[in-house]
Amino acid sequence: MTAVKSTAAPGTGLPGGPGGSGGGRPVFGSGRGGGSAAEFVQRHGALVVLVAVLAVAALTIDGFFSLGNLNHIAVGAAFPAIIALGMTFVIVTGGIDLSVGTVFALAGVLAAWASQYGSLAALALPLAVCALIGALNGVLIAKARLAPFIVTLATMLGAWGLMLAVSDEGTETYVVPDGLAITPMVQDRFLGIGYPVLLVVVLFAIGGVALRRTGWGQNIYAVGGNEDAAALMGVPVARTKITAYTLSGLLAGLAGALNAVWLGSGVTIFGIGIELDAISAVVIGGTLLAGGYGFVSGSLVGVLLLNVIQNIINGIGGLSSAYQQVVSGSFLIVVVLAQNYLSRRRERV
Amino acid sequence: MTATAEQGGSGAAGPVLRTRGLTKRFPGVLALDDVDFDLSHGEVHALVGENGAGKSTLIKVLTGVYAPDGGEVRYLGGAARFDTPLRAQQAGISTIYQEVNLIPLLSVARNLFLGREPRRFGLIDFARMHREAAGILRDYGVEVDVTRPLQGLSMGARQMVALARAVVADARVVIMDEPTSSLEPREVETLFTVIGGLRERGITVVYVSHRLDELYRICDRVTVLRDGRVVHTGELAGLERLRLISLMLGREAEQVERQGATTFGGPHERRAGEPVLVAEELDDRHRLHGVSLAIRPGEVLGLGGLLGSGRTETARAIAGAAALRSGRITVAGVPLRRRSTGAAIAAGISMLPEDRKSEGIIPELSVRENIALAAMPRLSRFGLVSERRIDRVVDVFVERLRIKSAGTRQKVAELSGGNQQKVLLARWLALNPRVLLLDEPTRGIDVGAKAEVQRLVDELATEGLGVLLISSDLEELIEGADRVVVLKDGSVVGELSGDEVSEGALMRAIADADTADADADRGGRGDAGGAAAEGAGGPGGPEEHEGGAGRAGPRAGAAAGDTTPGREGAR
Amino acid sequence: MTAIGMPAVRIDRTRVVPWLQEYGVYIGVAALLVFNIALTPHFLSLENFRTQAVQVTPVLILSLGMALVIATGGIDLSVGSVMALAAAMISLYLGYGPVVAVLVALVAGAAAGAVNGALVAFAGVQAIVATLAMMIGGRGLSLVLLPQLDGIRNPAIRELGAGDAFGVPYLVWISAVLVAVVVFVVRRTVFGRRIVAIGGNRRAGELSGLPVRRTLLAVYVLCGLFAAVAGVLATARLQASDPNSIGRLIELSAITAVVVGGTPLQGGRVRIAGTVAGAVLMQLLVSTLIKHDLPPSWTQIAQTAVIIAAVYVARERGRK
Repeated sequence: MTAVKSTAAPGTGLPGGPGGSGGGRPVFGSGRGGGSAAEFVQRHGALVVLVAVLAVAALTIDGFFSLGNLNHIAVGAAFPAIIALGMTFVIVTGGIDLSVGTVFALAGVLAAWASQYGSLAALALPLAVCALIGALNGVLIAKARLAPFIVTLATMLGAWGLMLAVSDEGTETYVVPDGLAITPMVQDRFLGIGYPVLLVVVLFAIGGVALRRTGWGQNIYAVGGNEDAAALMGVPVARTKITAYTLSGLLAGLAGALNAVWLGSGVTIFGIGIELDAISAVVIGGTLLAGGYGFVSGSLVGVLLLNVIQNIINGIGGLSSAYQQVVSGSFLIVVVLAQNYLSRRRERV
Repeated sequence: MTATAEQGGSGAAGPVLRTRGLTKRFPGVLALDDVDFDLSHGEVHALVGENGAGKSTLIKVLTGVYAPDGGEVRYLGGAARFDTPLRAQQAGISTIYQEVNLIPLLSVARNLFLGREPRRFGLIDFARMHREAAGILRDYGVEVDVTRPLQGLSMGARQMVALARAVVADARVVIMDEPTSSLEPREVETLFTVIGGLRERGITVVYVSHRLDELYRICDRVTVLRDGRVVHTGELAGLERLRLISLMLGREAEQVERQGATTFGGPHERRAGEPVLVAEELDDRHRLHGVSLAIRPGEVLGLGGLLGSGRTETARAIAGAAALRSGRITVAGVPLRRRSTGAAIAAGISMLPEDRKSEGIIPELSVRENIALAAMPRLSRFGLVSERRIDRVVDVFVERLRIKSAGTRQKVAELSGGNQQKVLLARWLALNPRVLLLDEPTRGIDVGAKAEVQRLVDELATEGLGVLLISSDLEELIEGADRVVVLKDGSVVGELSGDEVSEGALMRAIADADTADADADRGGRGDAGGAAAEGAGGPGGPEEHEGGAGRAGPRAGAAAGDTTPGREGAR
Repeated sequence: MTAIGMPAVRIDRTRVVPWLQEYGVYIGVAALLVFNIALTPHFLSLENFRTQAVQVTPVLILSLGMALVIATGGIDLSVGSVMALAAAMISLYLGYGPVVAVLVALVAGAAAGAVNGALVAFAGVQAIVATLAMMIGGRGLSLVLLPQLDGIRNPAIRELGAGDAFGVPYLVWISAVLVAVVVFVVRRTVFGRRIVAIGGNRRAGELSGLPVRRTLLAVYVLCGLFAAVAGVLATARLQASDPNSIGRLIELSAITAVVVGGTPLQGGRVRIAGTVAGAVLMQLLVSTLIKHDLPPSWTQIAQTAVIIAAVYVARERGRK
């Protein structure tokens, strides 16, 4: 890269060059410093809240910190987490994917139906179909330039229709046959940790590296940060978006298929509203809904936080699980308000 | 890279890019008409013309935004047809746009290297990327923490990052569209030095600007476009300034001379009586530190000062569009109690905002609706709109301001920049204001409309309106204003009136204030760039850099959605 | 729509697309009418028209409020949940009499709209996010308040849902009045002009002294109020409060009705007549598919296709 260095030295050696006078005093300084406290809250706020909630729960609820309960929370969070990972990519591009909930349900039904043909089919069919739906979202958004929320709202309806068509208008519940090769891979534990939890750890590690350290990840950030500028800077905008939506569909499909195997059947009503939980989790984790900023570890924390709260709500006798939705919605607003406040303050500094 | 340098060393040999018979048609317009345009290696080539002359269309055809309808482009000796801006860029033609096209949330280093990041084991090597970015940018006078988001940088610094990026990407031709419009003099000097460096190394620069001084300082050749045709191309040094203007305007040189560069009349007779507007001790904690001024009826008060000195902020504060910590505003003796745009308008203050597109016109609405917008409460009864009253008002102003449109129901987006500006003026005049605040009223509009707007300002003042004029066009400010209040760092540092109003006096006022408080300044306000402020400074004088934030603020706000809270939010 | 739209688009995009945006919805309605008159048995009966008119009511009323919100450049995803909230309120407060119950339901809707509006206008939250949160939380709240379906036996509410005046159902009267009100607001009032101006360029509106925040707040309150009206009417027709399923995915139909009707999603323009036609189009489409024995699954898939086609055609205006 020395070549680059030499190209970029137009000022040196010229009379009155920028480096020549004033003892290297820069003409252009950065306008402002600071903002690090705000950034800390943005990055780690969810983690702090999670730790606090865990601490309070451990002190007040008996048996909360039992291995069984923790594993229960972790496994319960595993499938939403897989969806949230895909959602993170989409939201960092500045988009949104509302279709993942019904895609998740569709994948479950497809997996259960296909499981009669073996493990491979039980995974391959739902993954293929869901990736296709994701790709369709991506093409409509990136190539036809339609608004993401309306496209994915429409495919949300379409995937639901498809699920109904597959399940005989929702009346048929396919059962995963006993002894399917993949079942132990989903239901068993390794060193006391459920396989789905391990899978989540692996997927998030890969996702994190892909987003932070690869060209594709840079493109995702660039597209979300300023699409027009990204296009001018050579970022393949359409391709980047399509991959993000395809991945989102694929991961939602994976979560749905594994969930069906986990449950042993393709339950048709599963997944309604799960897209909203995923979005909440991603935003709570510090990713900006406007795009251009975010990280997958935050989404994982966000999912965990929501699931811990759900666990607590379920643990308190007599509370309907509908409270979870109220908490989720309120959390979303509080976080977005905090983000708005922080970014405004940062701009004023 | 040495190859490029040698090519440059051999001087202006052969064209790097040439077009023959280039034609581009839009519905109803021939935007480019048989354009022959040559660029030599290592020259700085000025591209000038009025708005609508075809400059931006030509740039867009060269950089692959538009496909030409006819003619050919030859680049580095071969036929070239770029179907996307990206292709053009990869081939070595880069454009640095007025609105800098970078990604604010990404770090400076990532912006610089996006798409060509240094890798290690297939993954991006951040340590090396940051090191190299810092090294490269230092040569452009940009010394910042490259790991921080780009959005913390001033507009000028961002432009430098964009330029560095183009050079890193092996550009052969760099097109700069009004590069100095958001720069301070000191930054301009740095830019010129950098451009000089590019020329030395054989990189061709196409320099688009309305500022003739700059063209004569750094450009080798010039091409003048008018109505989509090339009306002149050749060495700039031998071309008289007046001749250049007449080529651009299509008017005779003597005519230009006789009329002067602006169309302002002489000084206005100052009306007796109380000032129509008094602003006292305006302070917003950041950019304004106790600005006071007064405007009498029939007076054009100029607001002088460098970029970021608080001119725009002063106007916005008076118009209720920006929050103030303290200060008093009195209109015709009555203090303004509530601070909002609505209250200011009710008191008779109208402000023409600086950014016509993002803060002025409502593009999808008709000329008529745009004019009636602010005056709607007066053109209605009990919340119901009176079409008859609207028509009456609109007709009056369309005629008076000579707004040219296909009818008042035409969408304002379809009008030329000059006519859009007139529509906005009509919107404000329809309110029957006592005070008119004009922030860069003629920026970016063609010369003809510019003259009309200047004449109108004159007329309005003669009719007794108090006018506050902000303009970075010195000539306009000097000739248009009866009195000039000079701002620096958000404080009034001088006032010129009568015969004192001259370019030289204005410069002196700014410079004197600077030396007076420079030392205190240095010590007091830590430069965020972390530089030790020593030495004589650059050729542009030791003006303190202000981060350009005053100017960058509204734009960045517009780009990132609505982030600048108005008064209503602060209540 | 697709069948008619696509071949035409190929002929001359620059002329056909704007024309289609303006009138496509009416052609769609006409085509569906012709198709049904020719092929659907008993379509041309008074009874059928009555059914169609009653069934379109909730979407129609929602889309009126939605049109105003979209005209400001916003969106309201929470209308379905607000319907559920209204339904829950009816059930909870019916003990105090039907008038009180309906009033409480409407106030709840307006309050939900006010929260949306406050978040959008004063806190500067994106409309999608604010209303998404309300979509999640509002539904949850309704379910917390009324965990399961509750039959309604109050005669006044039942009469509202099933009765008629001068041979026209109350539901249709109410939607007709609301349409008239919204048309009047958009055409003749300063408020209506402000809505469009804010959608066209919010900063310009602010600098021109328009009460931007207040206007936005009012628009979202109106949208919430309309959603509550739709919720009350749907509950009355159903003769049951069902916060779990009422209004699920209805925001999609409402948004589609608005967009098909010629109001662009980026705001700055509003077409009420088109919106009404859009709602009718969506209703006719679904009923046609159902009448021809398509299962719900295929009805939904067909709807998906129509929505995407409509948004695709409508999009061109925004790209300039």
